[in-house]
Amino acid sequence: MTTEVNDTQTVLKCYHCGDICADDSIKSEDMYFCCEGCKIVYEVLNNNNLCTYYDLNSHPGNDQKGKAQGKNYDYLDSDEIRSKIVEFSTEQITRVTFFIPGMHCSSCIWLLEQLHKFEPSILESRVNFMAKTLSVRFSNNIKLSQVVTLLDSIGYQPRLSLDELEKKESAFKDKSLIYKIGISGFAFGNIMMLSFPEYLSIDVSSTDLKFLFNALIILLSLPVLVYCSSDYFKSAFKSIKQRFINIDVPLTLGIIALYGQSVYEIAAGHGAGYMDSFAGLIFFLLLGKIFQNKTYEFFSFERNYKSYFPISVAVLKDGDEIYTPLSQLKQGDKVVIRNNEIIPADAYLLTGDANIDYSFVTGESDPVQKNPGEKLFAGGKQTGGLITIEVMNEVSQSYLNRLWNNYLLTGSNETGYTHLSNVISKYFTIVILIIGAASFLFWLPQGIQKAITVFSAVLIVACPCALALSTPFTLGNALRLLGRNNFYMKNALLIETLSKIDTIVFDKTGTLTQTGAADITFEGKPLTTLETGIIKSMFRNSLHPLSKLVHSALNNAGYVVIDSFRETAGKGIECRYEGIEIRAGNSEFTGAGELSTVTQAEFTNSTGSRIWLKFGDTLRGYFTVTSKLRANLDELFGKLKNEYDIYLLSGDSEKEKIRFEKNFGEGRMFFNQKPETKKIFIENLKNEKKRVMMIGDGLNDSGAISSADIGVSVTDDLMSFTPASDVILKSDGLKNLSGYLKFAKSSVNVIKFSFVVSTIYNLIGLTVAVTGNLSPLFAAVLMPLSSITVIAIATVGTIFANKRRGLEL
Amino acid sequence: MSAIFVMIGASLVVALGFLAAFIWAVRSGQMDDNYTPSVRILFDDDKPVTKSVKKEENSKNNK
Repeated sequence: MTTEVNDTQTVLKCYHCGDICADDSIKSEDMYFCCEGCKIVYEVLNNNNLCTYYDLNSHPGNDQKGKAQGKNYDYLDSDEIRSKIVEFSTEQITRVTFFIPGMHCSSCIWLLEQLHKFEPSILESRVNFMAKTLSVRFSNNIKLSQVVTLLDSIGYQPRLSLDELEKKESAFKDKSLIYKIGISGFAFGNIMMLSFPEYLSIDVSSTDLKFLFNALIILLSLPVLVYCSSDYFKSAFKSIKQRFINIDVPLTLGIIALYGQSVYEIAAGHGAGYMDSFAGLIFFLLLGKIFQNKTYEFFSFERNYKSYFPISVAVLKDGDEIYTPLSQLKQGDKVVIRNNEIIPADAYLLTGDANIDYSFVTGESDPVQKNPGEKLFAGGKQTGGLITIEVMNEVSQSYLNRLWNNYLLTGSNETGYTHLSNVISKYFTIVILIIGAASFLFWLPQGIQKAITVFSAVLIVACPCALALSTPFTLGNALRLLGRNNFYMKNALLIETLSKIDTIVFDKTGTLTQTGAADITFEGKPLTTLETGIIKSMFRNSLHPLSKLVHSALNNAGYVVIDSFRETAGKGIECRYEGIEIRAGNSEFTGAGELSTVTQAEFTNSTGSRIWLKFGDTLRGYFTVTSKLRANLDELFGKLKNEYDIYLLSGDSEKEKIRFEKNFGEGRMFFNQKPETKKIFIENLKNEKKRVMMIGDGLNDSGAISSADIGVSVTDDLMSFTPASDVILKSDGLKNLSGYLKFAKSSVNVIKFSFVVSTIYNLIGLTVAVTGNLSPLFAAVLMPLSSITVIAIATVGTIFANKRRGLEL
Repeated sequence: MSAIFVMIGASLVVALGFLAAFIWAVRSGQMDDNYTPSVRILFDDDKPVTKSVKKEENSKNNK
């Protein structure tokens, strides 16, 4: 018999968060909720007449399951921590900015800006949705901890980690690009207006007027040259110093020629020069820059261990729990760890049943059972009851910390340009200089002045503005489209690297399998409804993670009253129902070990953990708990297999080898891998000149992720902690992986195509230039026209490529 | 023709005024967040106190 997770009744959705309710037991008035947490949030809002929250969007809330609500935030009021968190504080008023990952819709904005309705001492609260921050200004009648407790009570827990606090000091936003765009746009428009007589060939007879126009044009173009284009000069100078030509070199040549020629023409009284084209060029280039730089500011791609840990932990002193900042945790301190809390430092277990989930650190899927006196490593998460531990080492000395420090992300591609455009600009510059020199020599017999004019005309018209624009617009748009499909890249330049990937390495636990979900099957004589009810009630009492999984799978049965429930750590659970003893647990606990070998052999083809079940004296069968695979994996591997080398590296044991054999094939799966061996594996692949993409999720993959050409961390919740990586991929996007890779390839093709188009424009311009006929009007039309064509190709091309891959726009 | 001198002068003053306004706007932080205000403006100031009714229509896409 198979007990499935699907239910048959009408689906009841939680009024607060929209999750499916297991039953209708949790309700308030006529609303149903999936958990107590959601109900509490609803009641808080209802009592404050803030239910507009639910009218703006249906089910706007954050799922409150597993969130430790009602946490004690008193530690925030200690001077040391408070001073790190608040931005600004006077006698009366304090201002503080929180990072709130749970913010996701307009209801969130509305509610978070209504904080003053809950607490009159809060003067103002402002949301920045893109950065997911909330600035709160409050009078000092209330404490900082009260503000945080309020946010907690309405379901928006701010992220308070050491890392977040330290970031605040360096949070300085560079606005110079916006200023530059504004100024160059202003100059562009006004110079064009002043150039109208020139465009329309109006003969301005008054010399005074002519002088005024020209003087104004030069005046307006000065800030564009000195301020707006300064970055291009700097970059070109730097690259020449390093004996290397990037695209800024021909660009700077063009800019100088354009400006110099214009000043010369204006001064000599030949005409108005090309100042309009010059200002327009800079304006478009800067626009491209801002488009490419628009990344996901609320994601943190470079995190360290500090953002994984809480700010403070509960230290036991004379029987009291005192919240102590993590940095002050000393050897010998006794710390209380509750369900779902992280062990902050290497420690010994003192009391309690420790079930430590190390899946994030090591990749092992099953929690590890520890007995008092045994050593616990930092980074593990306690699942189950409360435990106390004694700290062995300070936080900075822990195993986890060493793991991090060994694998600092090595900065890749810091030049700001793609490899492709650098290669092209090298040849481009050389060719342009040759053409320029040739036409200079050709025109030299007609006078040095004409020759110089033609030479600068060549540089002007060949200025690779279209070339320089195609990359930022294509990549910027591609980055945005990938983001829409839950594939968030650190920066747009990585798309080129992504297009070259030929080898993909997967982690298993948490990457291919889902965290916190399992396939549960029962084998043996089918259970009756009453029996299901009994075991469901029994499993409800247990805190063991496996019990919780089984409990949630048995959803079509009601609870019954059971007595003398007992949990034996590491073995199993037992209870009595109407005098019959019922046991569930490992084979030793239930006596399944005495089964005949024949029956045992039949069971060996199943994988995963097994929970035996015994009613009275009869062994009824067992539950198999296997980690649940993510959706559509077979389809994905079917697509990937032919085009890429794929490997599986798992920190887990070989128990699930058979499951993945069809996808990876023999010899491509490696189990029991340590973080170090994973990293070495990737490095070996890279030494074989493979372009490697590593897809993982936990700390144990962080070394491999940072050494791969593209490191991807997969996560269920985008705002939760992920190791430093190039890409953050939301787990339901994993099935589209081959689509993303193909899309990256098409994007690079779009760039190549726009290079061709811009070369055609350049050829047209060059023909005119070398014959010595380049007029300002021709330049003023040709240059923006080529730029706009390229931008259009970049935008339309990426959208088209995106559609072809079946991705969402 | 002398009118043109005045007109050019006036047009530049107006344009410079807008440039100054733009720089002021960037400085005062108006460009820091270009999404939230677009949502904020759609909220009603204060609704009369009524009990919320389930509304399924104006659901999902608010991004």
